[in-house]
Amino acid sequence: MRLKTFSGGLHPPDSKEFSAGCPIEDCPLPEELVVPLSQHIGAPAKPVVQVGDRVLRGQVIGESGGFVSVPVHAPTSGEVVAVEPRLHPSGRELPAVVIRVDGEDSAAEPMSALDPATAEPDALKDRIREAGIVGMGGATFPTHVKLSPPPEKPIDTLILNGVECEPFLTADHRLMLEEGEKILDGIAVLQRILGVEKTYLGIEANKPDAIDQMSALCSGRNIEVVPLEVKYPQGAEKQLICAITGREVPSGGLPMDVGVVVQNVGTCAAIADAVLRGLPLVERIATVSGDAVVQPKNLRIRVGMSLAHLVEICGGTRVEPAKIIMGGPMMGMAQLSLDVPATRGTSGLLLFSEEKVVRRPEGPCIRCARCVQACPARLLPTTIAAYTRLDMMDEAEQLGALDCIECGCCSYICPAALPLVQTIRHAKAAIMARRRKG
Amino acid sequence: MIAAVVSLGGIGLAAALALGAAARKFAVEVDPREAAILEVLSGANCGACGYPGCSAYAKAVVEEGVSPALCTPGGQATIEAIAGIMGVSAEASEPEVAVVRCQGDNRKAQLKYRYLGLVDCNAAQRVADGPKACPGGCLGLGSCERACPFGAIEMTPDGLAVINRELCTGCRKCVSVCPRNVIAMTPRSATTHVLCNSHDKGAVVRKYCQVGCIACQICKKNAPEAYVIEDFLARVVYEHHDQAGPGVEKCPTSCIRDFRFGYPEGSSFGGGELPSEKNAPDEGTGTAG
Repeated sequence: MRLKTFSGGLHPPDSKEFSAGCPIEDCPLPEELVVPLSQHIGAPAKPVVQVGDRVLRGQVIGESGGFVSVPVHAPTSGEVVAVEPRLHPSGRELPAVVIRVDGEDSAAEPMSALDPATAEPDALKDRIREAGIVGMGGATFPTHVKLSPPPEKPIDTLILNGVECEPFLTADHRLMLEEGEKILDGIAVLQRILGVEKTYLGIEANKPDAIDQMSALCSGRNIEVVPLEVKYPQGAEKQLICAITGREVPSGGLPMDVGVVVQNVGTCAAIADAVLRGLPLVERIATVSGDAVVQPKNLRIRVGMSLAHLVEICGGTRVEPAKIIMGGPMMGMAQLSLDVPATRGTSGLLLFSEEKVVRRPEGPCIRCARCVQACPARLLPTTIAAYTRLDMMDEAEQLGALDCIECGCCSYICPAALPLVQTIRHAKAAIMARRRKG
Repeated sequence: MIAAVVSLGGIGLAAALALGAAARKFAVEVDPREAAILEVLSGANCGACGYPGCSAYAKAVVEEGVSPALCTPGGQATIEAIAGIMGVSAEASEPEVAVVRCQGDNRKAQLKYRYLGLVDCNAAQRVADGPKACPGGCLGLGSCERACPFGAIEMTPDGLAVINRELCTGCRKCVSVCPRNVIAMTPRSATTHVLCNSHDKGAVVRKYCQVGCIACQICKKNAPEAYVIEDFLARVVYEHHDQAGPGVEKCPTSCIRDFRFGYPEGSSFGGGELPSEKNAPDEGTGTAG
């Protein structure tokens, strides 16, 4: 049978063999945690602790700053030693709570457990917000917002994203193999909230063991496991919807416009912990890999652990890393140093040596249209970029610059090494800034 | 043959009469003053006046009585000419030039990371707040150079924007395009400037820049009237700029520069080419190219 997929995209080497066979390990606690108050898209949390306070694991240390915002919790017990701006994965200095870890890891009283079969959907949504749950595929959009579509947009389909199409990353893969039941618990909560008729779980065909495992668990539960063609960016929300349901999210629209909600499997597991066990989101699975790391691993990390600590647990570095990326190599964020904390969105940490880093000089566009062929959003990346360079933002907008999903296919494939995705991001920011000005 | 000439000639004549009649009947009344003002404006369509182009500004002056003093590129001569056409008095205004408040090129200032992306300062600023370690320093990717309608800005080989004081007309296009607010508008007569835009403390500035202001107060001690230190950054008090000389000499990091004695290192605009009388306020920008 031909596997389902979307149009466009490309096939970078998946490089998952370094860590796919490594079971999830608990990462030991370091001496200090730096917990950023901005770990989600939207308003940063407001600190509610002071220097000298003793905090317990799961205690709220930052209150949510609005509807599109979530609270932040202490990842372990210890003493607050500073509330100050610290280097954030975004490269800026942003407010963070610094906790000196006492090593006892004492937990605060958990929230009451809720039964997804009987609890009201609104109570479940509140719980998801209180537990600080955000999209854990890397986008960190507050989950309760995604689960609150306006009444005029009925949802009939829930899609679970177990695709993990970014090369190197194996965190979701290991989660499905080792904690599949937890994912199913989370799915039950989501089904209750959305009242959907149909639930799909999309997994790329390069994870046959996960497909078998999840198919066995899902049988008889009205969840269909859909094996998908191995192609980047198969796990991008709109591409995944298109591959599984054949529906196309309109330009400028959201998945709810076609009656779909997509959630990452990691988010599902976090929802299960929050609802069934009353535990807030303070830990996640992250893959540490790349050729500069001695022993690639899948770690269960606490939010706020420094990247340097994660690397140390993986045996340190073989060579001086020339590039540090938080997230996957296609869409992850390059880091200025390892003295940066992991956040709820840290799906991976990749360290590459100089020889693996490709730095080609930029050349002229040769009109080969490979970027056009690869673009999963069916845009004309090179034309949009050309308009952007000329500061012709009206034209860039007409060509759909705002529909760019920033997957990086165009930059990856460009033989002239043009920074296409960065140029289009620049155009998007300029267009949005102009709209705000009115 | 004759029939052809007559018929074509006839069509031509009829069309000419019709066009002539239409031109009279549908003529658009243009205030002659508007045309006259357009004549004296610089014609750069730079937008410094806040209107979309010179003709829109000319129209606004005539129809809405907008101030004649908004054309900074034209300088005092243009202002007086417009005032003359409109029959109003022109108040004298001090012409301005733009100054890049930074000397930290890629050799003198540290970088946080190697930037290999789009050659545009605003795009670079979006990547971890720009590759330069200094939060206020010139990124050196030339967005101001490309925005300048008068060719007054150059990028040195080591990546620093320098503005030619003769060519700058004070239109502020560079100021609006710079993502780090490095460029400031200053009175043309003031030739001494603190070329630093970092509000970090001295010890921090020293770590990332050889020519940054460390707020050591030495300039202020030597010329108390001419300098103020605000938020760890010295600034020339332009009313007393003529007393700023001692500060230039004593500055330990050489971040204060008197443009009469030359442009920052690496600039092709040279040094010492600006005789002091040329910068007297009453001369205005009549010399601007």
